Amino acid sequence: MKQTSQLGAHAHNFPRGRAAELPKETLLKMYRDMVEQRRFEEATGRAYGLGKIMGFCHLYIGQEAISVGAAAALRPSDVMMSAYRIHAQAMARGVPAQAIMDELFGKATGCVQGLGGSMHIFDIAKGFWGGWGLVGQQVPTAAGVAFAQKYQSTGDVTMVFFGDGAVHQGAIHETFNLASVWGLPIVFVVENNQYGMGTALSRVSALEPLHEMADAYKIRHYEFNGMDLLESYDAFADAVDYAREHSRPVYLEAHCSRFRGHSMSDPGKYRTKEQLEEEKAHDPIPGFAAFLVDCGVTTHDALEAIDEAAKGEMKLVLERAEAAPWPDPELISKYVLVNS
Amino acid sequence: MAQLLFRDALNQAMSEEMERDSRVYLVGEEVAQYDGAYKVSQGMLARFGEKRVIDTPIAELGFVAVAVGSALAGLRPIIEVMTYNFAILSLDAIINTAAKAHQMTAGQLSCPIVLRGATGAGGALAAQHSQSLESQYTHIPGLICVSPSTPADAKGLLKSAIRDPNPVIFFEHEALYSAKGEVPDGEHLVPIGKGDIKREGGDVTIIAWSRQMKQLIEQADAWSEELGLDIELVDPRTLRPLDMELILASVKKTGRVVIVEEGFQFNHVGAEIAYRIQRDGFDLLDAPVERVTNIDVPMPYSPALEKLVLPNADRIKAAIRAVCYK
Repeated sequence: MKQTSQLGAHAHNFPRGRAAELPKETLLKMYRDMVEQRRFEEATGRAYGLGKIMGFCHLYIGQEAISVGAAAALRPSDVMMSAYRIHAQAMARGVPAQAIMDELFGKATGCVQGLGGSMHIFDIAKGFWGGWGLVGQQVPTAAGVAFAQKYQSTGDVTMVFFGDGAVHQGAIHETFNLASVWGLPIVFVVENNQYGMGTALSRVSALEPLHEMADAYKIRHYEFNGMDLLESYDAFADAVDYAREHSRPVYLEAHCSRFRGHSMSDPGKYRTKEQLEEEKAHDPIPGFAAFLVDCGVTTHDALEAIDEAAKGEMKLVLERAEAAPWPDPELISKYVLVNS
Repeated sequence: MAQLLFRDALNQAMSEEMERDSRVYLVGEEVAQYDGAYKVSQGMLARFGEKRVIDTPIAELGFVAVAVGSALAGLRPIIEVMTYNFAILSLDAIINTAAKAHQMTAGQLSCPIVLRGATGAGGALAAQHSQSLESQYTHIPGLICVSPSTPADAKGLLKSAIRDPNPVIFFEHEALYSAKGEVPDGEHLVPIGKGDIKREGGDVTIIAWSRQMKQLIEQADAWSEELGLDIELVDPRTLRPLDMELILASVKKTGRVVIVEEGFQFNHVGAEIAYRIQRDGFDLLDAPVERVTNIDVPMPYSPALEKLVLPNADRIKAAIRAVCYK
């Protein structure tokens, strides 16, 4: 990775080591969250293969250090918004796995009652604001939430995720400009997994490294290894604090890999098997497990037990989703307009 | 009653609602320091300050989408797009975000924006600045679309739009800003979804809105006499949801309908009104419904050509004669 100090005027080195100061219980919870997200997505993949889940479906497998690191840096009243690779991010924010899986199954008990599906997970009470299916659409929308936070002096911040495939959308550049001019408390996060669907970033981008584009808008920016939970938490914690304290935007580039295709219909022919294996060698979950054991936070056996429990739980989640009721036909037109 | 310009009626509506509700703010190109491209927001920066009257860069997608996001989070933005020709760039925020938020979140979010700005042919502005793109929005479930023809309706409907919990798209004809009319004193609200009979008559129903309705109001007495037909003028005022009750009551009375609208003919608002009249009032009709629209071409610049492309007296009177078999 490049040294950020050699980059543009607004590049920034974030302080390391804050994650290591987290209490033991928090570190273990973060591990459990990553494992549960992984097992949830594996269960989702299986159910999709069986035709239980329909529509477009994008798995987060490989990127869990980002969702968990980000969520740990936010307050409950802060807002997280994202695109459509979101099951794990919603879980990180505390949306129950069952409500998400029921939603994927199109059931009435889903978090948006079966109206949304995989791409439109929302739980406003938990601070997870979706769930948006048009590439880049969520970025100005999130800046609007940050605008409202500032307008109403709530002291909250908004964090918005988008993929490397989104960075060329005009909406994002227009938003960066407005967020900087208006001083919005927002953390922009590009999850750079190197492919926009099947197109390698390097083939279509004049922006690499992506975080440097923030220089043009006088926005503080930096990159981090999104496959490392501790580094991820450090990066997010610094960004959230800065956005909150200064009411300024921050732009983070999280380098990461997704271990599955863009969506369930993607055979992934644009990557060689060897390349994928190389990427999987950086899996964030075993990496963090080794850290926890090395530091004496826990034992290998205890971590195994967490994994077994997660597998068992996701099996139950699938069974309950299967058994959950379908939505009533009256739902079709129930929420088109607010009844005034 | 006070005589007010259309633009001043809009200004009063916004100012009164901003006094009433601190969540309401105005954002758009040139709305603050310049007092508005059409001077609709004259004096509002001085009155409400820069926190609530906000100039933007020329980036329609960005600022409309940010305002939409702020509405999801509880604010009530009035978003001025200088004209709807430019608002094309912001359609993603309106169609994919504002119109979908309530449904996609199963009611967890709502999007109380008012998007407002100039529509229609302002006069020799050529192909890119003369469009009436209302049907881009009336096509979309989840949006409310409003298009007033008089200063009184402009004020009353804009106040209702600002208070409405849904996204409201508010169309102001560019040639109406300087039109004058009586506006009731005091609190004046016009309900969304309710049309208005602008002239009572028994022989033929003309349905129109915005600038076309204003021109019809001015001509209807003379034309009724000239044609020997008593014209009834029905202004739906809200284009979605349509006040079909009012429209069908008029059709029941006259049995004959002409719809006059600016805009391209194919798929425009009048096509839907005509469909609904034949579906719900087929037995009431004595003749097929006629539509008078723009000639279906990009607008030419030359005034000699523009007046032929827009609905004009010759074409409207021919349509009236056609539905009355005269």
